[in-house]
Amino acid sequence: MKSMTPARFILYLLLALFMLYYIAPLYVMVSTSFKTLDEIRSGNLLSLPHAINGAAWQRAWSSACTGTTCEGLQPFFWNSIKMVLPAVGISTLLGAFNGYVFAHWRFRGSEWLFTGLLVGCFIPFQVVLLPMAGLLGQFGLANTTVGLVFVHVVYGTAFTTLFFRNYYVGVPEELIKAARIDGAGFFLIFRKVVLPISGPIFVVCIIWQFTQIWNDFLFGVVFASGEAQPITVGLNNLVNTSTGVQEHNVNMAAAIIAALPTLLVYLVAGRYFVRGLTAGAVKG
Amino acid sequence: MASLSIRQIRKVYTNGVEVLKGIDIEVQDGQFLILVGGSGSGKSTLLNMIAGLESVTSGEIRIGERIVNELQPKDRDIAMVFQSYALYPSMTVRQNIAFGLGVKKVPRAEQDEIVERVAQTLQITHLLDRRPAQLSGGQRQRVAMGRAIARKPALFLFDEPLSNLDAKLRVEMRAEIKRLHQRLKSTIVYVTHDQIEAMTMGDLIAVMKDGVVQQLGTPQDIYDNPANLFVAGFIGSPSMNFIKAELGVDQAGAPFIALDNAGRPMRLALPFAAAALSAYVGKTVILGIRPEQITDLGTAHGEAGQELHCLIDLVEPTGPDTLLTTTLNGTAVTCRAHPREAVLPGHSMALAFNLSKATLFDPESGQRIA
Repeated sequence: MKSMTPARFILYLLLALFMLYYIAPLYVMVSTSFKTLDEIRSGNLLSLPHAINGAAWQRAWSSACTGTTCEGLQPFFWNSIKMVLPAVGISTLLGAFNGYVFAHWRFRGSEWLFTGLLVGCFIPFQVVLLPMAGLLGQFGLANTTVGLVFVHVVYGTAFTTLFFRNYYVGVPEELIKAARIDGAGFFLIFRKVVLPISGPIFVVCIIWQFTQIWNDFLFGVVFASGEAQPITVGLNNLVNTSTGVQEHNVNMAAAIIAALPTLLVYLVAGRYFVRGLTAGAVKG
Repeated sequence: MASLSIRQIRKVYTNGVEVLKGIDIEVQDGQFLILVGGSGSGKSTLLNMIAGLESVTSGEIRIGERIVNELQPKDRDIAMVFQSYALYPSMTVRQNIAFGLGVKKVPRAEQDEIVERVAQTLQITHLLDRRPAQLSGGQRQRVAMGRAIARKPALFLFDEPLSNLDAKLRVEMRAEIKRLHQRLKSTIVYVTHDQIEAMTMGDLIAVMKDGVVQQLGTPQDIYDNPANLFVAGFIGSPSMNFIKAELGVDQAGAPFIALDNAGRPMRLALPFAAAALSAYVGKTVILGIRPEQITDLGTAHGEAGQELHCLIDLVEPTGPDTLLTTTLNGTAVTCRAHPREAVLPGHSMALAFNLSKATLFDPESGQRIA
C-alpha cells in the first residue's frame, strides 16, 4: 500500500468533492421523494426525511394526474417498454447484419452506402420530424407504438451499423475465408462464426440504443399521442399538470421511476460497455 | 488427390494494377509446389485465386480435370491453412475440425470418427475440448492443419502457415508438414517468403517476382542453375556472391574474369566455352558464385579450385562452418570455410575458388549468360 503523501491526500480530497458534487442531485431527488409535502415546505433541501414515506411513489406510479387522466406513470411506463424492446432488438440485429456486410462482403458502391449511413448519424432529430410525420401518416402508423418503433429503428440503424461495422472490421478476413472454404455460405458464416464472437459489441449497442430510445422525448411527443405516449412524455405531462400545489415529492419519484430502467441497464452491463467501446475503438 | 494446372493466369485489379502477368504452372498429382517470393510478388494472390477467394481476370485453373475458374471455394474440393490459423474463436477444437464436415452434412457418427482419427494423426487428442484461445501457436497450427485434413480435399493450400511461429517450432512444423505430405501423398500448394522453407519442403518451386514466375523447377535445379540474378540472389543463405567484373579471353582462347584483389590484378579462369560468351568479351558481366564454392584449401581438397590469397575483413562463425568476408572488385564476398582454418580479421589466407558451378549474368537484363 502506498503511503499517504500530501499530494495524494489532495487528490483524494478533490475526488471526494467531485463525487459529492455529482451525487448531490440524485441524493436530493431520492430524499425529497420520500418526504411529505409539509416536510419539504418547512425543511431544508439537503436534510434527510424524518420517516420513509412511500406515498409519493405510490402517487407517481398509479394516481398522479398527467393532463386529464390521473393514472400516474404506469401506463406510460408500459408504453415505453413496449416501444423500447422491439426497437432496440430490431435496430441492433439490423446493425449487426449491416455491419457484417460492410466489413466483410464489400460490393460495388458499398463504401458510398456506408458513408451515406454515417451521414445519417449526424442528421438532427428535428430535421426528420415533418417528413417522418407524413410517412407515418401514409402508412397509418401515426400515434401508434409501432410507428414509434419504426422511427427509432430507422434512426438507430445508422448508429448500430457503425458500431458493428467497426467491430467486425477487427475480425480477421481469414476467418471468413476459412469458413467459405469449409463450405459455409453468407448466412451460415454470420450465424455460426461471426455472431458468437459479437458479445461485447452487442452489449455496447443495446446499452446505447436502450438509453437513446428510452430517454427520447422529441419523437415521443411528436409521433405518439394519448394511448401510445412513452414515459418521457408522461413525466413531462405529470410535472406540468398543475393542481395548485407543486408536488415536488411526486415529481421526484416520477423522475426516478423514469430513469430507473436505464440506470439498471448501466449497472448490469456497464462493465462490458467500456470494454466493448475500447475493443471496438482499438480494432476499428 | 488431383493434379493442378494453371494456364496463362492474369489478375488485373479494377484500378488497373496488374498483379499477375500470365502464370503457367503444372503440378502433378501428389506433388508439393512452393510459391516463393517477396511481398508484392503475387504469390498470395495466386493462392487465393486457386482457392476461389479472388476472381480470375483471364486464363484457366484446373483442379484434376475440372476447370474451376467460376466455381465457389466450397465446390473446388480444397482446404486451406492460413497464416493466422483462422480458427473459429467461439468453437472448441473438436467443433473447429468438424465444422466443414457439418456443413457438408456428414453424419454425426462419421464426423466423430474423422475428428478422432485426425486428432490422433496430429497428436491433438487431448486438446479437442479446448478453445483456440487456450492453445499455443504450435497447437493452433496443428488444429488448423487438422481442419484441413478432415475434409480429405483434392488439394491443400498453405498460406505462409509457419510465419507466426518462433524459429525452433518453425523447423519442427516444417518437418512435420513434410512428413504429413509423404504419408497422405496429397497435392499441396504452399506459399512462403522463406527460401529455406521453399528449399526444404518443395518438390517443385516457383520463384515469383512482380507477378511473373521467374523460374519453375526442383529445389536443387533452382539452386544450381538459377535463371536470373533475382532467383540466384533469393535462393540460398547466405546468398550468392555477385561480383561485377570484366570478361576476357586469354591467348589460348579460354575465357577468364579479371579481378582486383586488394590492389593486385588477378584472373579467374572460367570453365565455359569461349564461343558462347563471345558477345560479352571485353564487357562487364556479373559473376555469381556461392559461398561454399570459395573455401579453405583443406576443405577444397581434391576438387578443382583456383587458389587466391585474399585479405579477410570479417569472420562469422556459425558452428559447423565459419563465414569469411573478403573484398574483390570492391564487392564484399562471402566464403564458407572450416572453422579450424579460419584466420583472424585483417589477415590473409589462401582460398580455393571452384568455378565449375559458377554462373554469369548480364548486368543490364539480369538474365543468365552461362
